[in-house]
Amino acid sequence: MNTIVCVKQVLDPEIPPAKFKIDPETKQVIPPPGVPPVISVYDERAIEAACRLKDKHKGKITAISMGTEKAADVIKHAIAMGADDGFLLQDPAFENLDSFGTAYVLAKAIQKLGEYDLVLCGRQAADWGAGEVGSILAEILGIPVVTFACDIQGADKTLRVKRLVSDGFEVLEAPMPCLITVSSEIGLPRLPAGPRLMMARKKVIPVWKAQDIGAEPAKLDKANAHTEVTALSVPTRKTECEIIAGATPEEAAANLAMKLSKLI
Amino acid sequence: MTLGLSGYSDGGQTMDNHKGVLVCGEIADGKLAPVTIELIGLGRKLADELGEQSSVLLMGSKAGGLAQEAIAYGADNVYVAEDSLLDHYNSDAYTQIAANLCQQVLPSIMLLGHTDIGLDLAPRLNGRLGGGLAMDCIALSIDPPTKLLASTRPVFGGNAHATMVSKSARPQMATIRPKTVPPAACDASRQGQVIPVEGKVDPAAIKVKVVERIKEQAEGVKLEDAEVVVSGGRGIGGAQNFAMLRDLASVLGGAVGASRPACDEGWVPARLQVGQSGKVVSPKLYIAVAISGAMAHIAGCLGSKVIVAINKDKDANIFSVAHFGVVGDYKQILPALTAKLKELKSA
Repeated sequence: MNTIVCVKQVLDPEIPPAKFKIDPETKQVIPPPGVPPVISVYDERAIEAACRLKDKHKGKITAISMGTEKAADVIKHAIAMGADDGFLLQDPAFENLDSFGTAYVLAKAIQKLGEYDLVLCGRQAADWGAGEVGSILAEILGIPVVTFACDIQGADKTLRVKRLVSDGFEVLEAPMPCLITVSSEIGLPRLPAGPRLMMARKKVIPVWKAQDIGAEPAKLDKANAHTEVTALSVPTRKTECEIIAGATPEEAAANLAMKLSKLI
Repeated sequence: MTLGLSGYSDGGQTMDNHKGVLVCGEIADGKLAPVTIELIGLGRKLADELGEQSSVLLMGSKAGGLAQEAIAYGADNVYVAEDSLLDHYNSDAYTQIAANLCQQVLPSIMLLGHTDIGLDLAPRLNGRLGGGLAMDCIALSIDPPTKLLASTRPVFGGNAHATMVSKSARPQMATIRPKTVPPAACDASRQGQVIPVEGKVDPAAIKVKVVERIKEQAEGVKLEDAEVVVSGGRGIGGAQNFAMLRDLASVLGGAVGASRPACDEGWVPARLQVGQSGKVVSPKLYIAVAISGAMAHIAGCLGSKVIVAINKDKDANIFSVAHFGVVGDYKQILPALTAKLKELKSA
């Protein structure tokens, strides 16, 4: 089975909110100094899903990421987990693309890669979180799509996919090639073993620019963007925390209980 | 291998032909879903501001029976697609019917609920139609000079709000969180048109088949529905210590949740994770125990009415969003808190 996994590097969502700063002028987030970006959590689960299928059915995993030079790190992470190969899609023309532009670039890269049975994406990115790219990508590629997968089982030419819905789940059968977006309920990602980690670290990740994948400049032109961010702001929170004290922890707890009993 | 660019629209449709609002309706248990009633009201308001018409699409074999009700809530036109293949949500079937209708009626704005259906359908429809989509919106308005739809949505786990527009791509699409806008008022005297959608679902276009639908029975109070949530973080230190949180939750009739690190450690199942990559909860009372308050966690509980933080570290971030806090060791505080609440309850 040939699987292509699309991964994104994002601002670490586990940072304290105080470190989160934006520039309202450029409508961009200012990367906090000293905090390395990470692989988007759902994308890491998508790699895990690909690895599990490879464990059972053999085949090849290719990771692609559109991003800055640094995004080579998330491809290396995918390789450390079990991917065989990876390509970085990096070009000034790819910067700040909307969901459609991103899906277009990924589609062109996937078409350059050629044969595949399965494309995996995270259900949404941990930064802008729209959850659109996977479905748009499937429409561009003209392949079926299943969203919010929490389990994928391989069969001959179809995949059996468990998909999350709010009151339970659905079991679906999807013919290959298809695209599946993966949710965190699929399970924890594996920890890469030492030797693989070393190997991945040394790996040189090839960079594909717009012309390498045959991306048309008009499709990347911001003037043709499908959506444009016109404002970015941090909502103000006016919470005053009342610290409940006591002579002992037990007394503080009792005082808190009195407060809470009035609320509920 | 499929490598073609089939089904891909360039977004090159001219915006001038696109008029009006189309609400993609949902039917639940044979009735209009509450979110649909909300969106009909919102669609009416936006259409009135633009001086255009507002329409609703209803799909399912009994959709026609709900058309008059949709008109009473404010729709000018109700497109009815009656087909038993649309009785349950199937991504391929719904995309086919909704995309075909959009290509015929060319709406300027299309609204969907940010629900199981909208989450799957909206991005696909957008991919097929070449529009501009904003997911999970909390506010929509018409920008007066440009007449463009301005959609505001939380990003970065709710730590920022972004407003987006689509200058030329059509339709301008948005999914809206349920309960963001009030339900539309019903006026049975309202007049409107019921228009049958031509053409049935093409079974050949249903590539992905639903084999089974399984409803999960939650044990005890479901995390998302609980009025009180007691969550533990990395500072809890181990699986067995969650017993103290369960005791507290049970006195309050609530549910237990956890931060991502506590789930990653395997102390509690992943389905109890509250946060950006877990569940988003908005109970009346949220008690965060030994949780530092990372951005991703706060994203999952910020909608709570009252947040209580219990943490050893007086500088923990969680206190910046909490209404009440106790600085100290949860192992001493929780048992005393549970005992006192029990005592107050029985009194």
